[in-house]
Amino acid sequence: MHELSLAENVIRIVENAARQARARRISRVRLGVGALAHVEPDTLQFCCELAARQTLLAEAVFEVERMPGRAHCNGCNQDVALKRIGLPCPQCGSFDLRVTAGEEMQVLEVVVA
Amino acid sequence: MCTTCGCGHGDTTINGISPVRRKRAAGAGHGYRLPGEHEHEHEHGPVVGPLGAAHAPEVDPERTLRLEHDILASNDALAAQNRERLAARGIFALNLVSSPGSGKTTLLVETIRQWRQHTAVAVIEGDQQTANDADRIRETGAPAVQINTGKGCHLDAHMVAQALDTLQGEGALAADSLLLIENVGNLVCPAAFDLGEAHKVAILSVTEGEDKPLKYPDMFRAADLMVLSKIDLLPYLDFDVDAAIRMARQVRPGLPVICLSVRSGQGMDEWLGWLRAGCGKARRVAEPV
Repeated sequence: MHELSLAENVIRIVENAARQARARRISRVRLGVGALAHVEPDTLQFCCELAARQTLLAEAVFEVERMPGRAHCNGCNQDVALKRIGLPCPQCGSFDLRVTAGEEMQVLEVVVA
Repeated sequence: MCTTCGCGHGDTTINGISPVRRKRAAGAGHGYRLPGEHEHEHEHGPVVGPLGAAHAPEVDPERTLRLEHDILASNDALAAQNRERLAARGIFALNLVSSPGSGKTTLLVETIRQWRQHTAVAVIEGDQQTANDADRIRETGAPAVQINTGKGCHLDAHMVAQALDTLQGEGALAADSLLLIENVGNLVCPAAFDLGEAHKVAILSVTEGEDKPLKYPDMFRAADLMVLSKIDLLPYLDFDVDAAIRMARQVRPGLPVICLSVRSGQGMDEWLGWLRAGCGKARRVAEPV
């Protein structure tokens, strides 16, 4: 359950940003998780709700935006969509893929007051 | 939720469960209102709500802060510090990852036994509980630090930084040496956490399923070497070595593989040679030819 560790990081990041912005409340947190990231988005969202208790984020709503995975295929020399690690190139079937996007785990934005 | 009229955004659910929402301050006015989610078909009226109550003025309008902050940024920054610290001393550090029971500690003990003539070697052991593994390492005479993660499922860069402090305090962080970090036995979580190592080495024993690289792709993709361990047992098993290697390379193209058995000694020379090559690259001054 490394999602709880990640969620604790989320809380720290948002609290720091809110303090710097002199915000008193955080009502919404939008996270971005790539399709190829080492995290289960539903679990991360659930863990954020747990970790937010008794913090500035206790009232916050967490949303997770899924970002698509992309890779460059050395087999057909094309940039292709990749749904998950371990799948072949959808164009040519090669596994010789270099991931180019979709590994992100970010706090995208927060709504504060 | 708007305390004037009760309007608000829909309930979020997580895995079908509504998140806990508590302690809304009484009389907080528009405390829970979100821009863009507060589109009304109706008007509140400028000053007077139902029951004739005055509507609180917008003293602290909501605003959006664009952060785009990596969730693992603090770990990655610490890992970079660890990496610099190790590089400054010419230390070749490996992060050994696998399921529980793949033979990591046994491989470490035998590696240390055969390695001593080359350079100094130190070990950082990660387990949820007990100091058993560090004790086994110390019996070889090599310095070891045991990290117990309690309920934690992985090592992180902060824990390793502390372990490096401990080793340094004991005078056990020798220049131009080998550092072996045995992560918590877990094929999922340690994949996400950079510790500052030169390479992750994934160990897969032949008593496991050969399709583990496909079942746990993140870990095998993060690895720069796969060690296939306990190969002395192959005659008694249906494990398909070629299939295991093929599947590992599906998730990590070109992944180098070393097949070995600590018990029979097969493959140990190749493993030690790989370690020597890594140490040679890490060392501060080129090894005399």
